[in-house]
Amino acid sequence: MKTVIIKYNAGNIQSVLYALERIGVSAMVTDSIQEIQTADKVIFPGVGEASTAMQYLRERNLDELIKNLKQPVLGICLGMQLMCKHSTENDTACLGIFEEQVKQFETIEPSIKIPQIGWNTIAALKTPLFKGIAENSFAYFVHGYYAAKGQHTIATTNYIQDYSSALQKDNFYGVQFHPEKSAKAGEQIIQNFLSL
Amino acid sequence: MLTKRIIPCLDIKDGRTVKGVNFEQLRDAGDPIELAAFYASEGADELVFLDITATVEKRKTLSELVNKIAHKINIPFTVGGGIQTEEDVSILLQNGADKISINTAAFQNPAIINRFAKNFGSQCVVLAIDTKLEADGNWYVYLKGGREKTNTLTMDWARQAVDLGVGEILLTSMNHDGTKQGFALDITAALSSNLPVPIIASGGGGTEAHFYDVFTNGKADAALAASIFHYKEVAIPHLKNYLNNKGIAVRI
Repeated sequence: MKTVIIKYNAGNIQSVLYALERIGVSAMVTDSIQEIQTADKVIFPGVGEASTAMQYLRERNLDELIKNLKQPVLGICLGMQLMCKHSTENDTACLGIFEEQVKQFETIEPSIKIPQIGWNTIAALKTPLFKGIAENSFAYFVHGYYAAKGQHTIATTNYIQDYSSALQKDNFYGVQFHPEKSAKAGEQIIQNFLSL
Repeated sequence: MLTKRIIPCLDIKDGRTVKGVNFEQLRDAGDPIELAAFYASEGADELVFLDITATVEKRKTLSELVNKIAHKINIPFTVGGGIQTEEDVSILLQNGADKISINTAAFQNPAIINRFAKNFGSQCVVLAIDTKLEADGNWYVYLKGGREKTNTLTMDWARQAVDLGVGEILLTSMNHDGTKQGFALDITAALSSNLPVPIIASGGGGTEAHFYDVFTNGKADAALAASIFHYKEVAIPHLKNYLNNKGIAVRI
């Protein structure tokens, strides 16, 4: 099986590679259109800012490539947000795979920090991505923007309000949390994705 | 619900943990990787590695160590100690660190905070502040591992650093560090109440009740400790159960 991690100007790409190595999977980090197209599984990670990331993807035609992939694709954190229609982070038009909108958390009291950093629970789990994962398992989150709940929501988390901590449409999956840093549950989710 | 984080800190010198650690489960307690894996398995939420290696040549050992940790540990970890340039940060992140912490270099050249945040994202920039309550009743910033006093108030520096883009603050009270008499609740709460970023409290944690206090009265988002975990005076699973029973949201 050929697993690729899309290389672009966003952080945490190495962490995903190392997480795969921890579970005995060797992956390729690449921005080669041919390598990505011929992969069995594609991981689209990333932390960073939406507009710069989208600009980078467009300049390299990676935006069109990602949208048209037919094999299972897993977006992580910013990767998931970029798979949505639009982000209010610098008013960025994104890939539009998911209809959900990405908005900034608005704090309601000073004790609630933005970004959300740390371990929170995932619930209302759907699809084989979460096979064997108990309701209210913990996952590690670092984000200031969130995807609202919608028709493609396959997991929800509560921070200020309920939002989509995972999305799915056809062959496209996205998770807001970092499975590569979410201990055993995260490893299981990565394994589940690779088994799709 | 977002949980409060428990963070063991490991001091590293020349690729080895410094403080004597006494764990019979471990073959080599001086091996940071084995110790880190142990803490991760015990339920630590994150780890901090503080490199106190002095020389530049030895810093290569650190990046190699970070790489090995990243291949072994499935929770987030922060690396700090001597970071001054984008290249320093880039090497550590490339080798798998999730966050870096900066202290003296950021105070002496605050512009690096902005550059680090722009280039790598605020989420990976942790500002460490060593602070001390002086006789005048104010908390001041100290540099160089607490050896050099400044005339800057901790709240002022923290606010400036947040404006420049730090994503979290690791606050160590020098008055409390090593005392095991509890965390500095007032300054921790003051920072947490006035700043939009998470505050990691450090220094003084000696009992499970001290962690409860710092998460309630201290309003801390996370708490860090070293020797009480290393010497097993406090065991992480027991601590988390204690906090959970007292109504504090923790990951169990």
